[in-house]
Amino acid sequence: MLRLPAFEYLAPRTLEEAARMLAEAGAAALPVAGGTDLFPNMKRRQMEPRVLVGLRGVAEMTQLSGSAAQGWRLGAGITLARLAAHPELRQSYPAVALAAESVATPTLRNMGTVGGNLCVDTRCNYYNQSYEWRRAIGFCMKRDGDICLVAPSSPRCWAVSSCDTAPALMALGASVRLVSAREERVIALRELYRDDGIDYLALKPGEILSEIMLPPADGWRSTYRKLRRRGSFDFPILGVAVALRIGADAIVEQARVCLAAAASHPLEAVKAAEMLAGKKLQPDVIAAVANEIFRVAKPVDNSDLTLSYRKRMARVLVERALRDLAEAAASGRNGQAPGA
Amino acid sequence: MKSLITLQVNGETQEVLAPVHKTLLEVLREELGLTGTKHGCELGECGTCTVLIDGTPALSCLTLAVEAQGREITTVEGLADGPAAHPLQTAFAELGASQCGYCSPGMLMAASALLRHNASPSREEITGWLAGNLCRCTGYLKIIEAVELAAARMRRAGAPAQRTPNAAQAAR
Repeated sequence: MLRLPAFEYLAPRTLEEAARMLAEAGAAALPVAGGTDLFPNMKRRQMEPRVLVGLRGVAEMTQLSGSAAQGWRLGAGITLARLAAHPELRQSYPAVALAAESVATPTLRNMGTVGGNLCVDTRCNYYNQSYEWRRAIGFCMKRDGDICLVAPSSPRCWAVSSCDTAPALMALGASVRLVSAREERVIALRELYRDDGIDYLALKPGEILSEIMLPPADGWRSTYRKLRRRGSFDFPILGVAVALRIGADAIVEQARVCLAAAASHPLEAVKAAEMLAGKKLQPDVIAAVANEIFRVAKPVDNSDLTLSYRKRMARVLVERALRDLAEAAASGRNGQAPGA
Repeated sequence: MKSLITLQVNGETQEVLAPVHKTLLEVLREELGLTGTKHGCELGECGTCTVLIDGTPALSCLTLAVEAQGREITTVEGLADGPAAHPLQTAFAELGASQCGYCSPGMLMAASALLRHNASPSREEITGWLAGNLCRCTGYLKIIEAVELAAARMRRAGAPAQRTPNAAQAAR
């Protein structure tokens, strides 16, 4: 059996208590919410924290409040199932609901939280394996080894960001609240990530991601498209989130395009967004943006299916997402029809 | 270090002395002898360890037993009403929806939550709801048909879609 390594378990009731416990336990401690990412990693001995601070009992992290006019505050501890099923969020921020409902499986979404998904460990075929498997190939630099087995001459780790909700939330301009025993700060979600497979989060020691803030919907239409082998279970091997503000004359006023699983961090395609601004979503504009996405998506050979296929599908997914939004705008909807 | 863990399993209070790093799956099978819940991948990739926690499907392999305290846990052993099998169990047996049977406990628990939530699920809703449970025999069609048959029988009988053991005892 794959069993968890031993640890001490702490169960704070408030965020303040959780932050204090994390600070006191120091580098040996990790916070855990749903556990759907951390526990498999611990069973494979990719992570062996000596102290776990369980956030499950922190009621203030499961609050959800707001409106499309004022924006939303999402507790990091709300489950992906609850996020995906929220009717008002689905209406006003479809990309978030589509991304949340595409994560893993229904059962895992009942357990996993949005904060946990934003912090999900980067993944690689040479890393997400049992201890024995990794030992047999001499380990990699992300855990226990010295080199990157995908790119052996590379000085860095290329493990891939495998988070569905981050691109969707980033495209909608979300920010996050980070709380530690010493301070509290709010940063743009994009600032949470680093382009490094190992040190992929810009969290300071002891910081807890406590809340996600969505700005007012304010005419933004959005959608999320995901590539994976199976219709369930699989992490993204590519994802495209697009958010657009389209004027009455069908001209795109503002755009954001963010990719999942195309780099070690959720990738914001800034130039593609600039190419959309001031244009109508005509076939030639969509094709030009798709070419730009094809250029910036640089998958490496470390996840499912071939990297050339994944790169080519970046073009296809962004075309589909833009067409979804063009149709939605023409028919007065927001984003992809639920379940489509 | 072991700690005293108090669990509500199938309507009964159970106390076990177990280390805090034990999963609910390990405690159910190894401490409480409830081996109906199966261990498959143990990494959240198969669904066969699915139990209900407060009526919601959850993976017991990725839930710490300490975190399941104070919550109502239902395993496949708690699905039947005394000697009477749950309509889902009857339908699974009649339609051959259990081949090797290893995925059946997880399928039954997930499906029982579905039928409580929705008495008349469409085929698409059934496949969507069971999308976290793998059947290595690939006998999905019979499983889906069994859920449909059980749902139809339960609608006819007007029975509550899923009874907790406590409610069943109170009704007797």
